[in-house]
Amino acid sequence: MSKVLGLTGDGAVAYAVKQCNVDVVAAYPITPQTLIVEEFSEYVHNGEVHTEFVCVESEHSAMSACIGASLTGARVFTATASQGLALMHEMLYIASTLRCPIVMGVVNRTLSAPINIHCDHSDMMGSRDCGWIQVFVENAQEAYDWVIQAFRIAEDPDVLLPVAVNLDGFILSHSLEGVRVLDDEEAEKFVSTRKPVLTIDPDKPITVGAICFTDFYFETKRQHVDAMDNSPKTISKVNDEFAELTGRRYGFIDTYEMEDAEAAIICLGSTAGTAMAVAKSMRAKGKKVGVIKPWVYRPFPTEQIIKAVENLKALAVLDRACSVGAPYGPLCSDVIAALYREGIKLNLFNVIYGLGGRDIRPTDIEAIFNEALEVAKTGVIKEPLKFVGVRE
Amino acid sequence: MVRLKDLPAEDLFTSGHRLCAGCGAGIIARMTMKALRGPTIVVNATGCLEVASTIYPYTAWKVSWVHVAFENAASVAAGIEAAYKAMMRRNAWDKKVDIIAFGGDGGTFDIGLQALSGALERGHDFLYICYDNEAYMNTGIQRSGATPHGAATTTSPAGTKIPGKPEFKKDLIGICAAHGIEYAATASPAYWNDYITKVRKALEVDGPAVIHVFSPCPVGMRFDSAKSIEVARLAVQTRYWPVYEVEKGKYKLNIKVPKPKPVTEFLKVQGRFRHLFQPQFKHVIDEIQQYVDENWKRITELCGEA
Repeated sequence: MSKVLGLTGDGAVAYAVKQCNVDVVAAYPITPQTLIVEEFSEYVHNGEVHTEFVCVESEHSAMSACIGASLTGARVFTATASQGLALMHEMLYIASTLRCPIVMGVVNRTLSAPINIHCDHSDMMGSRDCGWIQVFVENAQEAYDWVIQAFRIAEDPDVLLPVAVNLDGFILSHSLEGVRVLDDEEAEKFVSTRKPVLTIDPDKPITVGAICFTDFYFETKRQHVDAMDNSPKTISKVNDEFAELTGRRYGFIDTYEMEDAEAAIICLGSTAGTAMAVAKSMRAKGKKVGVIKPWVYRPFPTEQIIKAVENLKALAVLDRACSVGAPYGPLCSDVIAALYREGIKLNLFNVIYGLGGRDIRPTDIEAIFNEALEVAKTGVIKEPLKFVGVRE
Repeated sequence: MVRLKDLPAEDLFTSGHRLCAGCGAGIIARMTMKALRGPTIVVNATGCLEVASTIYPYTAWKVSWVHVAFENAASVAAGIEAAYKAMMRRNAWDKKVDIIAFGGDGGTFDIGLQALSGALERGHDFLYICYDNEAYMNTGIQRSGATPHGAATTTSPAGTKIPGKPEFKKDLIGICAAHGIEYAATASPAYWNDYITKVRKALEVDGPAVIHVFSPCPVGMRFDSAKSIEVARLAVQTRYWPVYEVEKGKYKLNIKVPKPKPVTEFLKVQGRFRHLFQPQFKHVIDEIQQYVDENWKRITELCGEA
C-alpha cells in the first residue's frame, strides 16, 4: 500500500535513499542540497538505516570516499550542487571510468561568479561529459521515483555507471509537494541489495586504477562508451518494472500533446511543467503546441526525440545554461546534432533563460510558443539564439 | 622490536616494478607489506610509488590495491572503511580489513593535506603512510611543502640570488598529532625494525594512525643509488630526521642520537645541496644546522629527553 507524504524535492530524495538499503552516504553540505543531508542525518541518528554517513570535509572528498566505498561492492549515494559538483569534477570522471555505480542527487544551482544560490543547469552542464548517466526531473515525485530507479540502473551488471538525478534548486528542492511513496518493503523488494561484479575483496586481490598509457587508455574509454550505449536496455527494463509496481510510467522523454503539434518546446527540469500548463491553455485556444521533456539527458535520447518531432514544423529549445562562445546552449547543440545525424532539417531556435534563478513566467513561455508557431508558419528564424528574461 | 626471522618470507610488494634503483619508496612499500596482520587493502595516492608499481596490465601488488587520484588517498581510504562497517552491519561482510594509504610528500603535505585532516578528524580506522622524498620527484623534482631549506629543485633552483628553497619544512607529525589521533610516528628505512614495529603498532590502533617515513631518492636528491640506506641513516645520525612516536599524545624518542654528526655530513652527499658549499651560501648551511638543532631540542623536549 503506497501512501502520500508531504515532501520537498530534497526530502523526497532523502526519503528514497532511506528506502534503498544504502551502505555509504558521503556528502558535504551545500545550498540548496542541504535538506537532503540534513534529513538523511536524522534517519541515521534515529537508527532508521544501517548506512554509514561520512560527513566529509569537501565535495572532492565526498566523491573520493564514494569511489572507495563503491569499489568494495557497497551501495553508495551522495548529493551536491553547483560549486560542489564543480569541485568534484575531477572525481566524476574517475567514478564513471572505474565503473562505480554511485547514485548522486544534483540539486541544480548556478555557478559563481557572481556567487548565487539559485537554480540553473550550469553545474551539470559543466560536467556533462563526465560519463555519468544523467536524469532531469520535473517535480518531487519524479525525484523520488528516479532515485529509486537509479540504483537499479547504475548497479546493473550490463551498465555499471554512476547516475546523477538532477532536480532544480529551490524550485523543487525546497517546495513541498504531495509525493506518493512506496512502502519500505515494496521499495526494498524493488531495489534489493547491490550484487557487485568485481570488488577489492582483500581475499581476492585486484589492482584498480593502474596507469594506462597510449597502449590501453583508449580501449578503457571505448568500453566506457559501450557501457553508456548499452544502458538504454537496462533503463527501459527498470522503467517497465517500476511502472508495473507503481503505475507511474517513465522513459527517456516525456511528451505533451506532441501527436499533432506544429510547434513545440523542449526543455529540462521543472520548466517543463510550466510549459505543459501553458501549452494546455494555448491548446484550449486552438493553438497546436506541445512539449518534450527529456528525463534522460545522458545517454542522449536521440531516437525518442526524432520520433517526437516527426510531425513538427518548429521547435524552441530552452537551455537553462549557456555555453559561452558556442553557437548554441548545451541542450540545443545536442538536439541539433541528433537531428543532423538522422538527416532531419527542422526549423528551430535556442532560448537561454532562467540563469541564476531568474524566473521564467507563463507569459514568457507563451511568447516563446507564439514565436515557434510563427516560425512554423513562415519558416523564417529571426533569432537562432535568444535570451529571454534578461535586461539588455 | 620485531626481528628479521619473525618476518614473512613472501613479498606482497613484488619485484618487477619500475621504481628507480635505490628508490626509498619501494623499500618502504616492501617493508610495510612484511608487517601486515591480516586482510589488507592498499590505497595509493598518485605519485612515484603508484605510477611505477601498476603499469597496466601489470601490478607489483599481491594485496588489493586502489589508486584514485593525487589529493584524496585519505578520503578513498575513509570510504572503504565506511563501506565495510556498513556491510558488516547488514551481515554482508564478516572480517576486519586493514586499510593502508600511501602518499608521497606532495600528496600529503600539500594537495592531500585537507583530505588527510578530514579523515583524521572523523576517526576512520586506517593507517596513512607518507613516504617523504622531499619534493615532487614523480613530476620532475619540483619543490613541495616538505622540501627542506636550501634544497635545489626544478622550481626552487640553485640560483645566483636565491640558493634553493627559501622556506623550511612543515611539521607533518605535529599537524597530525594535533588532531588527537592515537598514534603518529616518524621513521627511516635505515632502521627497518623500528619502521616495521611501528607499522604493526599503527595497525593495532582502533582509529587513524600516521607514519611519516623518510624516503631517500637517488634521482631527486642526487646521490649514488647504492647509497640510499646510507643517506637515510645519515638523516637520523645528524638529527636531521628525528625518529619518534606520539602515542595518545605522549611523545617518545625512538632513536637516540647522543653524538650527532654535523648536518653537512648529510648535505654533502646529496647533489641538491651542492650549491650551498660555495662560500657565498655558507650562511644557508648555518641556517639548516640551526634549524636541525632547534627542531631536535623541540622534539626531545616534547619527548621529555632534554
